[in-house]
Amino acid sequence: MKRQIPLLITFIVGIVMVVQYFIPRQPFAGLFDTFNQWFLIIAVFALILGLMNLVRLHVQKLRRMKGGWGYSIILLCGLVGTIFTGALWGIGTGSPFNYVFVNIQQPMGATMFALLAFFIASASFRAFRARNLDATLLLVAAVLVMIGRVTIGALIWNKLPHIAEWIMSYPNMAGQRAIMIGIALGTVSYSLRVILGIERTYLGGE
Amino acid sequence: MLDKLLKIDRRIIFSIIGIVVIIAILFPMGLVVHVSEPVEKIYREIESLSPDSYVFLSFDYDPASMAELDPLALAVIRHCFRKDLKIVSLGLWPQGVLLGQANLEIAAEEYGKEYGIDFANLGYKTGGIVVISGISTNLRDIFPQDYIGNNVDSLPMLDGINNLDPFKLIITFSAGDPGVRHWVMIAQARYGKKIGLGSTAVQAPAFYPYLQANQLVGLAGGMKGAAEYEQLIKIPGLATAGMDAQSLAHLVIVLFIIFGNVIFLLKKRSSSS
Repeated sequence: MKRQIPLLITFIVGIVMVVQYFIPRQPFAGLFDTFNQWFLIIAVFALILGLMNLVRLHVQKLRRMKGGWGYSIILLCGLVGTIFTGALWGIGTGSPFNYVFVNIQQPMGATMFALLAFFIASASFRAFRARNLDATLLLVAAVLVMIGRVTIGALIWNKLPHIAEWIMSYPNMAGQRAIMIGIALGTVSYSLRVILGIERTYLGGE
Repeated sequence: MLDKLLKIDRRIIFSIIGIVVIIAILFPMGLVVHVSEPVEKIYREIESLSPDSYVFLSFDYDPASMAELDPLALAVIRHCFRKDLKIVSLGLWPQGVLLGQANLEIAAEEYGKEYGIDFANLGYKTGGIVVISGISTNLRDIFPQDYIGNNVDSLPMLDGINNLDPFKLIITFSAGDPGVRHWVMIAQARYGKKIGLGSTAVQAPAFYPYLQANQLVGLAGGMKGAAEYEQLIKIPGLATAGMDAQSLAHLVIVLFIIFGNVIFLLKKRSSSS
């Protein structure tokens, strides 16, 4: 029963969601709305669960004084601080929450991402090699797009932006479409396996 | 010697990139921005809307991608307000709500627009694709309140707005999932809404199939896309200012790639001979 009931729920919900897409009339439309609302409620509980796990992990790290425990203090203080400021004074413009968001979280997030430019420069120097024909094609396309997509490209040669756009619109698009079709077919087959109860790893594995 | 060059200290590479970017910011070259067709398509779509039309903006990014998407969001909002369009927004990413709100407030002050009358921010709800699906049929079920807890019934501009039907255009500023993929899957494929995309440069190539299939009305990728949009609305902003730095950084990276490959080929030749 521990396995049969979840499998039955998955089967019924899965079939209803598929049918309502093709027949958006009652009772399927109503069921679709109901399932959507249930999903939103469950998703909120999943957030709470994630939060509890995060707190537990870092409290344990602090108790055992594991390496980097200082960062756990900062994380927990930040977590508690933002929750309280948000809950007490709201998140609108001028609120303490907004102040923390604008002056701490935004610069930190942007800085982390900005570091990528340095690592990309170093990695491309070390790893981007014309070892064979495939790698050479990729290398040439990447160089043309990198230069053609920025303003200096047109200054070097006024055809470069058009070449970069052509690469994006044709060879790139064809490749991306092939990947997308592959992913879609994989998703459909995986979903069918889940709905029909063939794939059961989401229940905890067998 | 060649081995030494191939194993150049990465701190030297970091320093060169840093110096080039700083110089470009301190001494702007004012390079001309070439406007690409996918970006122009979004501009034309907004231009074609009549005043008081409703536009939906989805801020699906966080501070990590704000350098790329914030300038574009601001440029699009300025364009919408200049055309007297009504904006309703939300965030499929929690941090996108406040980033979007900051841009809405900047543009609202410039164009004398008022919250609740000319624009509204519904806030964040977890669920991604389900949120889009929900607001497509019943907006008030999913968002009974706006981002600061006002009842949506108290916002005059939302009178009679119960789903996505009244929105002539949806633009998502998307840095990943949930984001444009889900807007296309539900709002476009199922409800036939027009979707425009502002995306990070790194994920823009993945959405060209949507553009070619007319599932997207236009696409602006990265800071370059934002700079192009700023040029179209003739209000240069942060993206235009940042293009010189990005151009030189790209050029330096390409020179590093060429340099690395020349050494690699020389080494290969010397070892084979």
